[in-house]
Amino acid sequence: MSGGLQDRMAAATRDKRVIGAIRLATWRKVEKRETALASLPHADDLRARAAQIRRHTIEHLPRYLGQFAERVAAAGGHVHFAANAAVACQIITKLAAARTLRLAVKSKSMTSEEIHLNAALEAQGVQVVETDLGEFIVQIDRDRPSHIITPIIHKDRKQVAEAMVRELGCEYSEDPQVLSMIARHHLRDIFRRCDLGISGVNFGIAESGTLCLITNEGNGRLTTTRPRVHVALMGIEKVIPRLTDLPVFLKLISRASGGQAMSVYTTLITGPRKPSDRDGPEELHVVIMDNGRSGILNGPAAEVLNCIRCGACLNACPVYRNTGGHAYDSVYPGPIGALITPLLFGPAHAELPRASSLCGACKVACPVNIDIPALLVRLRHLSRGQQPWSKRLLMQLWSRAMSSPTLYRWGQYLLRGIVADDGTGWATRGPGPLGAWTTQRDLLRPAARSFRERWREELRDDA
Amino acid sequence: MNVALFVTCLTDTFFPRAGEAVVRVLRHYGCQVSFPAAQTCCGQPAYNSGFHNEARRLAAHLVDVFTAHPCDCIVTPSASCAAMVQHHGPELLAGDPHRAAAAQAVAGRTFEFGRFLRERLQVDIAAALQWREPVTFHYPCHARDSYSPAELQAWLTPPLCGSTNSGAPLRLPLHVDQCCGFGGLFSVDYPEVSGAMLAEKLDGLAATGARLVVCNEAACALQLAGGAHRRGLPLRFQHLAECLAEALGLMEPEA
Repeated sequence: MSGGLQDRMAAATRDKRVIGAIRLATWRKVEKRETALASLPHADDLRARAAQIRRHTIEHLPRYLGQFAERVAAAGGHVHFAANAAVACQIITKLAAARTLRLAVKSKSMTSEEIHLNAALEAQGVQVVETDLGEFIVQIDRDRPSHIITPIIHKDRKQVAEAMVRELGCEYSEDPQVLSMIARHHLRDIFRRCDLGISGVNFGIAESGTLCLITNEGNGRLTTTRPRVHVALMGIEKVIPRLTDLPVFLKLISRASGGQAMSVYTTLITGPRKPSDRDGPEELHVVIMDNGRSGILNGPAAEVLNCIRCGACLNACPVYRNTGGHAYDSVYPGPIGALITPLLFGPAHAELPRASSLCGACKVACPVNIDIPALLVRLRHLSRGQQPWSKRLLMQLWSRAMSSPTLYRWGQYLLRGIVADDGTGWATRGPGPLGAWTTQRDLLRPAARSFRERWREELRDDA
Repeated sequence: MNVALFVTCLTDTFFPRAGEAVVRVLRHYGCQVSFPAAQTCCGQPAYNSGFHNEARRLAAHLVDVFTAHPCDCIVTPSASCAAMVQHHGPELLAGDPHRAAAAQAVAGRTFEFGRFLRERLQVDIAAALQWREPVTFHYPCHARDSYSPAELQAWLTPPLCGSTNSGAPLRLPLHVDQCCGFGGLFSVDYPEVSGAMLAEKLDGLAATGARLVVCNEAACALQLAGGAHRRGLPLRFQHLAECLAEALGLMEPEA
């Protein structure tokens, strides 16, 4: 997408079809989340506990990662460490080449989106098929996911039906059940033929080297059992200490995502197939990826690493709701994306934390109590030098003027003078920076007599 | 009780009637009210934009003004400025050896108007209100630091409403705590997104059928009233203090 963030976001608000679909879907998820959390006993205590576990883990990350890697190996898995996206892609493409794996199935994984794994594999002649239904639609539509949990939140049934007819040659139908069955039939054939399975990891349990995967369609289970090689890609922050910590998150994550008590499938994988197992991969590889995360760990916004990628903050965010995910131009959109994106991918995204009204709906929604608005302000502070010089100058002049009671009063008079008086008490075009403001709404004219004037002239003495 | 007003720059400039109502209501409940004239702005626009040196200058000025002005409590009609003074002022001035303690003291004495009536004066706001017409309300996001939507709702629901009405006149909008889209400089930097949020919010308020919107925040009121005026929606915005002052006979109903 071209243009700066402001242009992209402005353009996004005008796409009524997309915004309509997103508003509908996000409000429904918000309501379901509120209901689901309200019916959970001691929800606030649970969130505090989850936050505490995350904080503890992140504070002791090297220790738990080391333990995790050791236990994965002990269970028969192979562990790889990838410093960045290129290394992670290389590890996985080499694995595929060495074993002449040709057809990969993928369970939805934001980490693999982050490193553009599909493109890397396809460049090496490995065909990759997305098996999460939403992600599958994104793939056949040559689109990008616009939500970290609901990749096609921006599409309506009609668009899904059109993509399926075009790519799969099926009969047109807008019935979700019919469409699901067509995709299922198509994907089952892929599952029969695939030899590589790629998944993300929701939680990596340090004490046992267990991978926890959460899906709603069973595609994750098929991806990790059917092919002879399973590669799991996880960010370094995804580890949790103990198996007994897992229920704390399982109780919260699906409720926060969209109001389910539990996801339909929760898969725990410890090591590859054992002789006594009826299915499962011959080889299990876990790629533990840094890709900028250790930089966040030692920085002023380390709290973002507590995120469990439930997507609740996206659904709650009025900016996301009115722009959609693509406007953020990042794999990670929404409030949490506005933090993670500049932290992971650098100063080109420094404007993102400013695209928020700081309303705090994200903070209310976050199941692990990340103070997203406070972190947005912190990142704004750190990137203030990248703001246009005119804005920086204006801020300085404004704060100097406002710290002088005399200049403050003069400013009030001045504002009264420059907000055009058409006799109605309203201005339809504001001066200076207020010009942008009045593209959307009228500006109330400053009162003919300010409070301080009323105070001086009459209120002071009427006690 | 000796109360110093922190009227805030937007209330002072755009909604002086709300400030006047605060004075009259506080006096009605027996407070000695004063207004330190050297006060200006809490610095929130700079703080939220990440310009913390600029915000610190204003926070320091505010702390100096209210430290030099002896009073029991500082009361402000704005929930977001209250939050700024209570939470971010001390944070900004923590490294200032002359003001760190004073900033804490000012923060501890500062109250949002509604919270102050309930907590310090033990006023039953609901009992004092009289509604002549159906009413809805806008819950400002930054009020989360002072009161919940449920608390505001309780304050606005009289046990028995005015004699001309039967039944509760309070009509809640769908998604009570939805943001109006103002967000300080956000509404200047991202006018279209802010405008889309404003439209969504106004649709919700208008759908209640009430024409009077209680809004305890000058910034939200500026945004909402401006949007309503642009669209020709017949919504009026009043601060809780104005509603109370009218109900208590301290101010004439607005023309």
